[in-house]
Amino acid sequence: MIALSINGKKYQVDVAPDTPILWVLRDHLGFTGTKYGCGIALCGACTVHLNGNPVRACVTPVSAVAGQKITTIEGLSSKVGRAVQTAWEKLEVVQCGYCQSGQIMSAVALLSSNKKPSDEDIDSAMAANLCRCATYQRIRAAIHEAAKHLA
Amino acid sequence: MREIKIVNESRRRFLQAGAGLTLAVYLPNSLAAPVAAAPGKAGAAAPAAATEFEPNAFVRIGEDNTVTVIAKHLEMGQGTYTGLATLVAEELDAAWPQIKVEGAPADAKRYNNLLWGPMQGTGGSTAMANSFEQMRRAGAAARFMLVAAAAADWSVPAKDITVKNGIVSHAASNRQVSFGELAAKAALQEAPQPEDITLKKPKDFVYIGKQSPRQDSKPKINGSAQFTSDVKLPGMLTALVAHPPRFGTTVKSFDATGAKAVAGVVDVVAISNGVAVLAKDFWSAKKGRDALKVTWDESKAFKLGTTDMLDRYKTLARSPGSIAHTAGDAIKTMGRAAKRIEAAYEFPYLAHAAMEPLNCVVKLTGDQCEIWNGEQAQTGDQTNVSKLLGIPIENVKINMLYAGGSFGRRSNPHSDYVLEAVQIAKAINGRAPVKMIWTREDDMRAGQYRPLFYHTLRAGLDENGNLVAWQHRLVGQSIVAGTMFEGMIKNGVDATSVEGAANLPYAIPNMLVDLHTPTYPVPVQWWRSVGSSHTAFSTEVFFDEVAHAADKDPVEFRRSLLKHHPRHLAVLDLAASKAGWGKPLIAKAGTRRGRGIAVHESFGTVVAEVAEVSVKPDGSFKVDRVVCAVDCGIAINPSIVRAQMEGGIGFGLSAALHSAITLDDGQVAQSNFHDYPLLRMDEMPQVEVHIVPSSANPSGVGEPGVPPIAPAVVNALFAATGKRLRNLPLRTQDLA
Repeated sequence: MIALSINGKKYQVDVAPDTPILWVLRDHLGFTGTKYGCGIALCGACTVHLNGNPVRACVTPVSAVAGQKITTIEGLSSKVGRAVQTAWEKLEVVQCGYCQSGQIMSAVALLSSNKKPSDEDIDSAMAANLCRCATYQRIRAAIHEAAKHLA
Repeated sequence: MREIKIVNESRRRFLQAGAGLTLAVYLPNSLAAPVAAAPGKAGAAAPAAATEFEPNAFVRIGEDNTVTVIAKHLEMGQGTYTGLATLVAEELDAAWPQIKVEGAPADAKRYNNLLWGPMQGTGGSTAMANSFEQMRRAGAAARFMLVAAAAADWSVPAKDITVKNGIVSHAASNRQVSFGELAAKAALQEAPQPEDITLKKPKDFVYIGKQSPRQDSKPKINGSAQFTSDVKLPGMLTALVAHPPRFGTTVKSFDATGAKAVAGVVDVVAISNGVAVLAKDFWSAKKGRDALKVTWDESKAFKLGTTDMLDRYKTLARSPGSIAHTAGDAIKTMGRAAKRIEAAYEFPYLAHAAMEPLNCVVKLTGDQCEIWNGEQAQTGDQTNVSKLLGIPIENVKINMLYAGGSFGRRSNPHSDYVLEAVQIAKAINGRAPVKMIWTREDDMRAGQYRPLFYHTLRAGLDENGNLVAWQHRLVGQSIVAGTMFEGMIKNGVDATSVEGAANLPYAIPNMLVDLHTPTYPVPVQWWRSVGSSHTAFSTEVFFDEVAHAADKDPVEFRRSLLKHHPRHLAVLDLAASKAGWGKPLIAKAGTRRGRGIAVHESFGTVVAEVAEVSVKPDGSFKVDRVVCAVDCGIAINPSIVRAQMEGGIGFGLSAALHSAITLDDGQVAQSNFHDYPLLRMDEMPQVEVHIVPSSANPSGVGEPGVPPIAPAVVNALFAATGKRLRNLPLRTQDLA
């Protein structure tokens, strides 16, 4: 049994220790907001927070995160998180939506450490999150919007 | 007036169905063709001659005041759920927050695409075009019955009753009532006759052309949106399939010992296109598949590489093909032209690479098959599944979920991945529901690509620099050959291969467009904008080359030959003026800058794009800004129209800058996003979208933003560097 802390709650899971946390979240615990896109940390669709930092859940073994603080899109309740989600909705960012949980988790991590990111900061922080619908322009605008709201 | 019959379904079913108003709008299928001017392209079958009246139920009003719009089209990001709901809300005069959208079940009788005949499906940028009148009538009919119910209740004439923002009012007596309160009584009303309904004039629209918030925003930003990947049924198993390494390869034998030794693996079964490993969860199935040993029969394997194929295409291009379009005498005129220009263009295979790798959930119970899928082609999939299982088509139930992108891929004429999932469920005799998941690598290597193409173009100028002859030859596989859409091949020409080339808008007196259609076992399919994904590039880059050869400004040269195409002219002028065409660009030291333009019509929508680029000495470049002008008829939701143009530009840029599927000894060389890169945040240009005001019926916006971007960029790179790139994806070293 591996002990996990997800969105502020404790869980015990009986899985192989090499199982990526992505599949523990999705298949064993029902947190399906975190998505599978590439399996090798190239697309960012599976981004979750580990102790507040963005990580790729698809390559993070469950054994490596036992007892640490994991936050998924379902558990996003911080002020920054709400500001980002509000800006996303206001600027109508989403299209297919599949990558957006990951985009939002990366954006929240950025704004949590950098209150007023420049375009270059955004490019750099969001470079690992692919969006095949290419909603990038609105993602950029929504991050600025959330920053403005939080200021 | 078109013949239309509206039936109150809830009245018929009132006794058993309980309260609430469900409206069925009966529209004859013979209305299919004239709904909009947009020609059905991708996936468009020849309209069938069905004339029977069949019900289409689109609106449900609950006593809780919820208006549920039943969406017959897939929401894959292009905004259909919002667009369809907008049409209903407009004529119903509903309040936007009371609207909910639900995916329609698979039923070609009620939910067919009116531009496709008796077939349900989403594609060819037709969702709004075919639904524009139908969904408004559904809303108007529901409104009529609510008003009739209020009129009866209050004993006042219906004409004195108004409806606004979800409230039914009688001003003289100062009475008001909500839809929910009226629902049960409205369900008892007679449905209106066609003459009872007058649709609004555009000037009276309160939702159409305005900003209605997307219906799917909230669930997609809080993680609750349900995609196929998120479906979980009791006892469900996850299946991964070991696919053949080459097209044409089959399973000879397999050894499941290692796979079955993996904890969580439940079964290993052979299917027609590989071996499936079923497990309790994805990771166990993945480890099981890794441990599986398959011996392949390569006797019929396709072992050519794309370089060899391209060589063959080049040889083919030396001889005439099947004629797709001819006017005047292009060959003779070319022979005596004062100046001739020639160029060739190469296009790779492209994968759709939607963010949600393909997947499908299947549950078999007796002679019933239930499917959960980001369903883009209900009728085709129902037909193929019913044939495979030997059950009636109506026994194939399909639940349509959000698709995490598709770009055409989930509308596979052979139902490739859907049948794979059904086969797995069948192989275990339906003893558990099956969720088949393709890994990114499976998705990338399964074929169904935008076809590899090779184009040659020749133009002849007379002594005054007039463009008098145009020859365009295309070489590439047919998308529709061997599918239920084969009827689109006429005189050896697959219309989807030459769309955008055979109907070039420029007034050139002598034209010849011909096509070679080689046959190869690499599966090909429609990819966002289909034929226009290559024809817009070759025609608009070549046109730019001809303008320069004639020493004319590319915009002016286009204008001079578009006099009979006012919509093209309008978007061209709008994009050029908003972009500041002709004004100098400021370049940083060491960079070269340039502006390029392209205009193209696809799916009834005309789009012009101006790209501005900055090129560094090493040839690397950035697309800084794109100004886009679009005429799509009435823009039902301008924010979504802009989003589709922005996204189409980004999608087209991915292909222009990065993407190619290549075969080496028959094997697909790419596997994931490291070797099939997509556009990333730092490469996205600033995009400005300008919508041409229009009162014409809407045409599509999902695809038409894609075609003009690659040629606009190449034309801009030429303006910046004097170097002409003709092959996609672009190689920056050619600009150094």
